[in-house]
Formats: sequence, structure tokens, C-alpha cells
Amino acid sequence: MSDLQYKVVVGLEIHVQLCTKSKMFCGCAVEFGAEPNSRVCPVCLGMPGVLPVMNRLAVEYAILAGLALNCRIARRTKWDRKSYYYPDLPKNYQISQYDLPLSAEGYIEIPLDDGRTKKIRITRAHLEEDAGKNLHAEGNYSQVDLNRTGTPLLEIVTEPDMSSAAEVRALAVELQRIVRYLGVSEADMQKGHMRFEPNVNLIITRGGRQYKTPIVEVKNLNSFRSLERSVEYEIGRQIDEFLETGRTLEIGNKSTRGWDDVREITVLQREKEEAHDYRYFPDPDLVPVEVDEAWLAEIQSRLCELPLARQRRFAEEYGLSAYDAGVLTAERETADFFDQAVRAGGEPKRVCNLLTQVGMKLANEKGGGIARLGPSTQAVAELAKMIDDGTVNATAAGTIFAEMVATGKNPAALADELNLVQKSDAGELEAMVDEVLAANAEAVADVRSGGKKAGKARGFLLGQVMQRTKGQANPKVVSEILGKKLG
Amino acid sequence: MVLERIGRIDTMVGAYISVFEEQALARAAEIDGRIAAGLPVGALAGAPVAVKDNMCTAFGATTCASRILKNFQAPYDATVVGRLSAADAVIVGKTNMDEFAMGSSTENSGLRRTVNPWDTGRVPGGSSGGSAAAVAAGLCAAALGSDTGGSIRQPAAFCGVVGLKPTYGRVSRYGLVAYGSSLDQIGPLTRTVEDAALLMNVIAGHDPSDSTSVCESMAPVSDYLADLDRPVEGLRIGVVSSLNAGADPAVVKALDEALAVYRPLGAELIEVELPHFDYAIAAYYVIATAEASSNLARYDGVHYGHRSKQAEDYVAVYSKSRAEALGQEVKRRIMLGTYALSSGYYDAYYLKALKVRNLIRTDLVSAFERCDCIIMPVAPTTAFNIGEKTDDPLQMYLSDIYTISANLAGIPGISIPCGFDGRGMPIGMQILSPAFSEDRLLRIARMYERQTQWHQRRPDMG
Repeated sequence: MSDLQYKVVVGLEIHVQLCTKSKMFCGCAVEFGAEPNSRVCPVCLGMPGVLPVMNRLAVEYAILAGLALNCRIARRTKWDRKSYYYPDLPKNYQISQYDLPLSAEGYIEIPLDDGRTKKIRITRAHLEEDAGKNLHAEGNYSQVDLNRTGTPLLEIVTEPDMSSAAEVRALAVELQRIVRYLGVSEADMQKGHMRFEPNVNLIITRGGRQYKTPIVEVKNLNSFRSLERSVEYEIGRQIDEFLETGRTLEIGNKSTRGWDDVREITVLQREKEEAHDYRYFPDPDLVPVEVDEAWLAEIQSRLCELPLARQRRFAEEYGLSAYDAGVLTAERETADFFDQAVRAGGEPKRVCNLLTQVGMKLANEKGGGIARLGPSTQAVAELAKMIDDGTVNATAAGTIFAEMVATGKNPAALADELNLVQKSDAGELEAMVDEVLAANAEAVADVRSGGKKAGKARGFLLGQVMQRTKGQANPKVVSEILGKKLG
Repeated sequence: MVLERIGRIDTMVGAYISVFEEQALARAAEIDGRIAAGLPVGALAGAPVAVKDNMCTAFGATTCASRILKNFQAPYDATVVGRLSAADAVIVGKTNMDEFAMGSSTENSGLRRTVNPWDTGRVPGGSSGGSAAAVAAGLCAAALGSDTGGSIRQPAAFCGVVGLKPTYGRVSRYGLVAYGSSLDQIGPLTRTVEDAALLMNVIAGHDPSDSTSVCESMAPVSDYLADLDRPVEGLRIGVVSSLNAGADPAVVKALDEALAVYRPLGAELIEVELPHFDYAIAAYYVIATAEASSNLARYDGVHYGHRSKQAEDYVAVYSKSRAEALGQEVKRRIMLGTYALSSGYYDAYYLKALKVRNLIRTDLVSAFERCDCIIMPVAPTTAFNIGEKTDDPLQMYLSDIYTISANLAGIPGISIPCGFDGRGMPIGMQILSPAFSEDRLLRIARMYERQTQWHQRRPDMG
């Protein structure tokens, strides 16, 4: 089978929970982890006689996401009922959007491992209400928790443009970054705010002929890892299955599989795609949504610079490495903080190091974002300037940053207080260098010999001077003096 | 007093599914107390009002005359119920109806039989048959009904009372158990046009809980009583002569005589055409059943209502609960609607029906360019015998011919008493008018009522 080649084809359906305070069609709070059936009202319980009222903010969030995904926003859209019977769906229909989705025909640009990017087309993104949760209790019965019922969801459907598990993951991560930047979703995987359903198949070339394997939809994945691993698993499984059975794609032989997180395999759920008839029709209880020019423009004005563009700008404008730019733009809060500190006069690379090496670590320990850590962007910029002008060295700056967090004092005061101001006075340092040279004749000889040991010996001497000054000497100045004395 | 009368007479009429004796007495005493103390009271102070049992009340059961909701207690008041209470009406009970408002005779009630107070061998009409019978028999001062295809107007005609179906969007549907959501509308059944206007003053208006209720900035609610007695000058009445062919001679004769009452008042009769009128029933029974099939999906035995004791898994909870507790007509309409919405049939049925609906609306809009109102029969016949049409659902559907167009077009329509047939059964006249012109519609009805005494006749109930 050495002549077998294959191409991976993956499309993705993603459900993103929008972070509105109240539900899609009633006033109940959207809240994770509340007592079962405590965040419900007659409307989301589907009681007789109730009527839905649209949450306007959810529509605005969905439009904002659609704009960020470069979609065409529908000027007129409507709500449709999707009918199916399930105990977690009290009305036995879900209010969704069928033939007039809020947004369509867009794309998302995802970063690839080699530094390039790839455009994945977005078919559509529409709003709908979430269902509740069935809890399978012990014994011969189940319980239903309807707290989640009616939570606004944005369902995003991509074209089958991804050709590896890594690309699928990259899209998921990028999408998470985008919706968080926009502030339309917390996108917290632990809370099920993002759920993925990849559609996977392969185009296999063997003996000069092409074969398409049957499409498999993997249901309800709620972590990047399970998403990536399930696609990887499917690729292997589909090759094996093709070799064993030769089965190829036909109309109606799409199957559905579930992901077993423990065994890390996909498990068959439904062999043939059942002829599901959802009997969509326009919901007569809701009026169509007209998105006029003014409303759209107002929403458009809330768009921010998107993470990938920002990452690119950080690299190009500030000369940061792709890695650093990626770390700084992972969360909008960090990126905003960085931008402001740079605008306040901090040298970008210095600010970047302060944030990535010290600030983010401290923020993590405190369990919050960098903006809530304490020090202002001005203070961080000031600290960066102190490194630049030689007032303190990088190590001392780290100590000062930590003290700024602890005490709220400004960096200059702390540098004094903690005796961390560098000694840069050449005269004072020269005397100290002379003492060190006198006491370490062997090392001096090594340096002068210019042999293999020279570099190490020079480092040793520098270290000795630093030790004598308790780290306060400006290493740059000391190096210069050493150079002058030792040639 | 009404409670006493209900106790005495309703065993015969069967208008009520439940009577709230205790609450009603307490409420009446409370209102009396306020009156005695000289405190302000609402427009309906102390008036005993009945509510059709498909409107939710936070007290008592809300059954929709279905065994599937037989013991269902709503956790909230429908908006109209809240408005009645705020106006100090005393809600005396919930009235019988065709199950989930599906029917034209109240014979489809899963819980009770209601008879026509004028002849207990005959039906009261439907689906708001309990409300119409209660008003006719003096078992309440006024009642609320709901009208999806004629369910207020037809029983009003059969029982010789006034019944108004307002414009779609004029009265909040929040708390009205949905049958055909795009057609359903709540309205009053009363003894007089004035009482209908009084009730409209209480129940009409925008409700933020109902997205389809119309904002008052778009269509302000008038004081329907203010100008009620002022005749409409230069009234142009549209008549559609071709429609009379399908009606009983007695009905046609009563209508002709009614039109003759308007002439001396300065009204001009104008012949108008409604070219797509004949397609209304077909379109209605596709749209209403499609919506119903979805609206009734929630009665599944899982969250509330009847649950089968025979079910061994969750799918059986659905199928058996529904099989056991839904009536035949409800099942028929759910199946019809499910079929109409199925993939492959949607375009041929549902979409086509929507197109017909548009044509009917357009017909009426252009007719109203030439006239202020259209007068036609409410139903082809007067009240028929109990059991007469139960085996022939199609015949039953056809009796909705005159009322359905108003629902499809969303316009208001009123039924007022205009005579009796040879057997002493009341005959109704239907007046239709443009959307949101209830004030004029009531005035036009009042013009007739002032000239006639039909509305003063009462059935002999002892």
C-alpha cells in the first residue's frame, strides 16, 4: 500500500455561547453551575401560552462576530422553529434560523505552524437557543436541568477547507481568541461555552484513482485537545477502514460518531444519516429582524483590532518575535495593556519582557488578568525606561515589578528603597575592578592568554565585580572597564 | 347572584369547566369594600367575567378542555387576565371549548358537553362555545373568547350574543394557549356592543411580552366607548352578493333585513368582490394545522400534564401520553400540519397557503378602498343539532367559510344578533372592517343595535 496518498478534508460546526446576562428569549439569568432548574421561568420552561421576546443584545453580539468573521450581514432575518422531540427541549422545537441566517459567506484567517496564515471560508453563522441538560441519574430514570435552556448560541459553520488536525485546532483557538476580543463570549471550554462538531473525510489516491471516504461527523467535542485528537484518530481510522472495506462516500452514508475521552477513540453512534426532518417553518411568535444601516454602523463601530492583525502589527511594528507577539495577543487585556505601556513611552521589547517574564506570571498566580494586577501602564512604561537608561538592570526590574504589585509604589521609589539602582559611576567601579583583578591573577592571565578559557574567565571576573556590588553595578559599564584594562 | 345562577343552570348548559366560587366571592367583597369606603375602583368593578379555558390563570386549572392538561395549573396569569383583574372584574370561572380551540361546536371538548341555551339539543358553536353560552344564559356579565378561524364570532351568532375578534396584534396573546399563533386573537363576548367596547378598553393595547402585539405608536388604542353612539356618516357598506348562495335562506333573509336597517341611516351599499374567498378554508386548514402541530408538540408528558403510566421508555412517554390524552380532532390537525410542514411538501402546502393568504389580504385591502366595512353572514346556518356534523369533519370545516378570511387577513370582525330562524335559533350578522379600525367597527355595529331589539331577547332558562 505504499502508493496510497491521502488528503484530509475537514469542515467544522461550532456552537459558541454568547455572554449576555439574560437568555435569548426571556429574562432569566444565564448562569453556570446554579442549582438545577433555578434559572427558569414559564417562557424557557415552554409552559402553555408563553411567548418569546428577542434579546436584542444577543443579536448585536452575533452581528459583531459575523463582522469579525468577514461575513455578509443579512439586512432582514427571521426566526424558524426546528422540530424534534427530546426531554431537554421543553417546547419540542428549538428557535433557530434556517434559510435566512444572520450572517453568511465570510472567512476566518488562521495562523499556521510555519508562520503563514490560511483563510477558511465561513458558510454561515446564525443565532439559536440552547437546550437544557439531561442528567442520567442512577436507577431507571433521568432528570432534566433546564437552566441552560434558552441560552443564546451562535452556530458557526465552515466550509470543508481544513486539511489537518492542526488546522482544525488552529481555527478553534483563533475563533476563541476572536470572540473573547470582541467580548461576545467568555469562550470558557470548561463551562461548555464552545462545542465543536468536525466533519471529516479523506480523498485517497491509489493506483492513479481517487476515492473519497464516507463523511464522519464527530459530535459534541468541548476541548481543543479532544477536537484535535478526534480528527487525528478519524484520519487513521478512515484509512484503515478504506483498506479493509474499500467503502467510499455515497449519498446517505454519512455517519455520526462520539468521542470517547478516556480511550481516545471515536465510537459509532448512527450508521446511516437518518432522514431527519426538522420541519422548519418561520416562528409566528416572533417578528422578522430588520438590521438597518444605523444599527449596523453602530455595531460596526464596536469592532476592535482583531487578534491576528494585532499579532502581526506587534511583530512588524515593534520587532517582536512571532512567539512573543502571540503570547501578548492571546488575551485582549494583555495586548491592550502592552499597547498602552508602549504608548506611554516604554520600549516595546523591554515592556514585552516585563510582561511575559514577570507580569503575566504574577497575574496568573493571582488568577486574574494583567490589567487587574495593580501597576498602571504608565508605571510599567517607566520601569521599562529605567532598564533602558541603565538605572536598573533586568533582574532588578523583575524584583521591582513584583514589589510594585505588592506595595503599589512607583518603580523609582522602589529602586531606591530596595537599593537596586545600578552603579554606573565609572570612577567608583574602576577601583572595584582593580581590586578584583588584583585578587584573581590566574583568571586575568587566562583572559590575556586569549585561549579557550578566556571567555569563561572574563565572565568570572565580571561576576566577581557584580558580587562585590551586590548586583548593583551596571554590567555594561563593568564590561567596558574590564575590556579597557584587559585589552 | 351569578354564582347562584351558575349553580342552578350550568348543570343544564355546561358552560363552565371550572368555577372559582371562593376567589370570586372574596374578590367581590374586597371590591365592595372599596366602593363602600369611597375608594377608586376599575372600569369593570365587580362585573362577573368568564374566561375561556385556554387563557392562563395563576389560580385554578387551565385545561384547554383537553385531558392532557386536565390538572394543569398555570404558574402565571395571561396578560388579558391581569388586565381584567386590574380593572376590578371578578373572574367567575373558566369556560368550556373545543379541545385546544379546534372545532366549531364545542363538541370536541375532552372534558364537558356544552349545549345551546336557546335549544339544549343544539350546539353552542365553537370553539368559544362555553363563553358564548355563559353570556347568553346570563351566567356571567361578559366573557373572553379566542378566535382563530371564527371561534368568537360563530358561537356568538349561534347563541345570540355580540362577539368581537380584534385586529391581530391589538390584544396580547401572552398566556393564551396557542393553537394557530399567526391567527389567534382574544376578544370579548357580550350582550351588547357597548359591553364589547367596554371590555376592549380594558384588554386592548401593546404588551412587551407579546412581540406580535402592535406598538401603540403604530396603531394607537382609542377609547372605544367615547364615540360609540356617534353614527358613521356617509357609511359605505360593502356587500358580496355571490357569498349568499351558500347560506340558509333564513340567514340570507335576516341579513337583507339588517342591511335595510342601515339604509335609512344614510348608508350606501356597495357591491364588492373577494375573488379568492373560496380558497380561504383550504389555506386556513394548512396554516392553522401547521402551526398547531408545532405549538402542541410541548404536550408530551415529560414536563407537565398527563403522562402515560404504560410508557417503558422516553419515546413511549411521548407517544402513549399523547395517544391517550389528545382527542381525535386534535390528532387529526396535528397530523395534517405535520404533513404540510414535511420536507418535500412544504412548498406545495405551507408556502402555497401563505401565498393564498396574501391574496386574500390584498382582496380585502382593495375592497376597503371602496367601503368602510363589509357585511356578510357569520355562518351558513344557525346552530345545528348536537352530533349532526361530528362524523363529517370536512362539513364542519366548511361552516367556517365566512369567518376565516378575517383571521387570514388579520382584520377585525364582529358578530351581532340580527334575527331568529323559524325554529327560534338566533342569527348573527358579521361586520368586517380594516385593520385597527375597531372604534369604527363598534360604532357601525352600534348603529344597528340602536335600531333593533334582537340583542334584548334572552333564552328561557327559568
